Amino acid sequence: MINENSEVILSVKDLTADVSDTQILKGLNLEIKAGEIHAIMGPNGSGKSTFSKLLAGHPAYTVTGGEVTFRGQNLLEMAPDDRAKSGVFLAFQYPLEIPGVSNLDFLRVSYNAKRKQEGLEELDSFDFDELVRTRLDLLKMDAAFLSRSVNEGFSGGEKKRNEILQMALLEPKLGILDEIDSGLDIDALKVVANGVNQLRTSDNAILMITHYQRLLDYIVPDFVHVMEGGRILTTGGKELAFELEARGYEWVREEEAAEVAR
Amino acid sequence: MTVEVSTSTDTTEPTLKARVDRSAYLAGLLKLRPELPEELAELQGVRDRALAIAQELAIPTTRDEEWRFTDLSSLVHIGFALPDRASISFAQIESFILPEAVNSRLVFVDGTYAPDLSATDDLPEGVLVTNLSVAVQFLPSLHNYLAKQQGAEEVFTALNTASLIDGAIVHVPKNQHVETPIQILFVSTAGVATIAHPRCLVIAESGSSLTLVEEFVSIADGGYFTNAVTEIAIAENAQVNHTRVQRESETAFHIGKTAVSQARDSRYSCSAISLGAKIARHNLEVYQTGEQTQTTLNGLTMINGEQVGDTHSKIAFTKPYGTSDQVQKCIVGDRAHAIFNGKVSVPQAAQLTNAAQLSRNLLLSPRARIDTKPQLEITADNVKCAHGATVSQLEDDEVFYLQSRGLNPEEARKLLTYAFAIEIINHIPVASLKANLTTIIRTQQL
Repeated sequence: MINENSEVILSVKDLTADVSDTQILKGLNLEIKAGEIHAIMGPNGSGKSTFSKLLAGHPAYTVTGGEVTFRGQNLLEMAPDDRAKSGVFLAFQYPLEIPGVSNLDFLRVSYNAKRKQEGLEELDSFDFDELVRTRLDLLKMDAAFLSRSVNEGFSGGEKKRNEILQMALLEPKLGILDEIDSGLDIDALKVVANGVNQLRTSDNAILMITHYQRLLDYIVPDFVHVMEGGRILTTGGKELAFELEARGYEWVREEEAAEVAR
Repeated sequence: MTVEVSTSTDTTEPTLKARVDRSAYLAGLLKLRPELPEELAELQGVRDRALAIAQELAIPTTRDEEWRFTDLSSLVHIGFALPDRASISFAQIESFILPEAVNSRLVFVDGTYAPDLSATDDLPEGVLVTNLSVAVQFLPSLHNYLAKQQGAEEVFTALNTASLIDGAIVHVPKNQHVETPIQILFVSTAGVATIAHPRCLVIAESGSSLTLVEEFVSIADGGYFTNAVTEIAIAENAQVNHTRVQRESETAFHIGKTAVSQARDSRYSCSAISLGAKIARHNLEVYQTGEQTQTTLNGLTMINGEQVGDTHSKIAFTKPYGTSDQVQKCIVGDRAHAIFNGKVSVPQAAQLTNAAQLSRNLLLSPRARIDTKPQLEITADNVKCAHGATVSQLEDDEVFYLQSRGLNPEEARKLLTYAFAIEIINHIPVASLKANLTTIIRTQQL
């Protein structure tokens, strides 16, 4: 859904970042507009996951240069919880387990934190229960999910569905999906992808991080970026993903090297 | 005579503080013993025997292995006095009364029975829930149980017994099941530097069952000292579900003993929650005296500031086929210090014992401290005894996960701390108490 006149949701310019004194991001540029779906692909260690966590504000990463603007605001100055409340959502590659906290309580606390930010009244358990049930259907989740502890004993697919359920409740402007497809069988992948597609509007945007082209069959991107060595090497349409799948990342590196040589 | 001498070589330092004679100090506490009321004259012997034991003892120092981490120096500098007879209104304690036990409760104020605040109309015929002076008239078997549990020679237990003037008595006859929880509320009116010796005796006759809630609370802050003893005798095939909640004033001292004996086929389950006091010590001792006895101990200590919370437990197996399942959790913030020492004794005769112990600890601040020690003494050769201990902090990744869902860092830490604690609270069988404690833990300042 590309529309040149849409609002710029995320603008990343010359971003560099370290984790424990090792430079991981080395001058990353990216612009995402409302309505768009972007996919970042790349080999292990290319910096994709670092980038997604950095956007959400993970404390392990230090930004050393460049800028990140989210809907006109300097994202890097915001605490992780403020980013979340302003509409940045990261679906984790490895969602954490929180034994002792029911999924329902967790979802309500999270949902109400956002309501509070928007100056709305918090929903009580009763009203929230009703709301959450409407979202469960979207992910084909059983209501029994709600009474279980957050992610505890969940299968890989259940954890990923639970992430998207949170996204469905929080309705972010920017949904960042960090390898939402890894470890999922095809049925689970379809459910997750279907959930994501239904959350898509002309006002929000999605950034997917993935290893595999397979995901892009189900969530069709407007742009595919190839990341390597902490930078985006090349950008194309969804056909770029097929090319990568067929020819491997080596091909992009060679192209890049040839480019530099010229 | 034990005299604690300062180990400091700097002679200019005022050492008076460390040089209190702890025998003489205990003798002073024994001198404070209130008069035995006339109607309890037949208990004179019980008191005298305990007095004789206590007179040979001293308040322990940290050189005593059992008190290695809990320093009572700040206690032995206080000249305690007996509390004045306080009269408090129902309104002052109403919030502590469990709705489930509104007519099955005993209230003690500074160790003394408060009949006006107690109500026991809801109990089945034959079940006795009353104070000591009534019980001596109606329960001849009392003498077989009072101060008869093992471990009576321990100094604070002996001090309590020697000072005996009152107590809560619960007696459930054979095969009687008491569905209503029985609440024993020990209220301190928080006089500064007063000492009270709350006492409780529970007798569950064979095949009976009951749910007991003991709570230690205060209605104002004060540097008082609660020295409590509870004895629980569980006969064959009987069941006691016990919840003990200690939320004294954070300037108080609390030393408590729970001594339990279990005959064959009996079940004892204890949830011990320790939140209050400046220095708190709970000695929880379970003596299995028959075959196929089940013991379940769940403990939670949640402290901060400069609190010290010490739990010393002991499960003594003596016969085959006994089981025990113990989980102790400590959450320690600021500069607080939690101690857990879990003794499990499995002698040669206790074959086919199955004992499990887990100590899990959460440190919330770099200056918080935990000392945890399993102490397994096993001589039987065909047994299963598992134990484990973990000490952890809140992980950055956990906090970040919650922050990424919009919780601020403090809310995130609170939720994770609550999650750590709630497993213990969930074992409590009384809904209103469970809800109260859940709220306390959910909103605790970290």
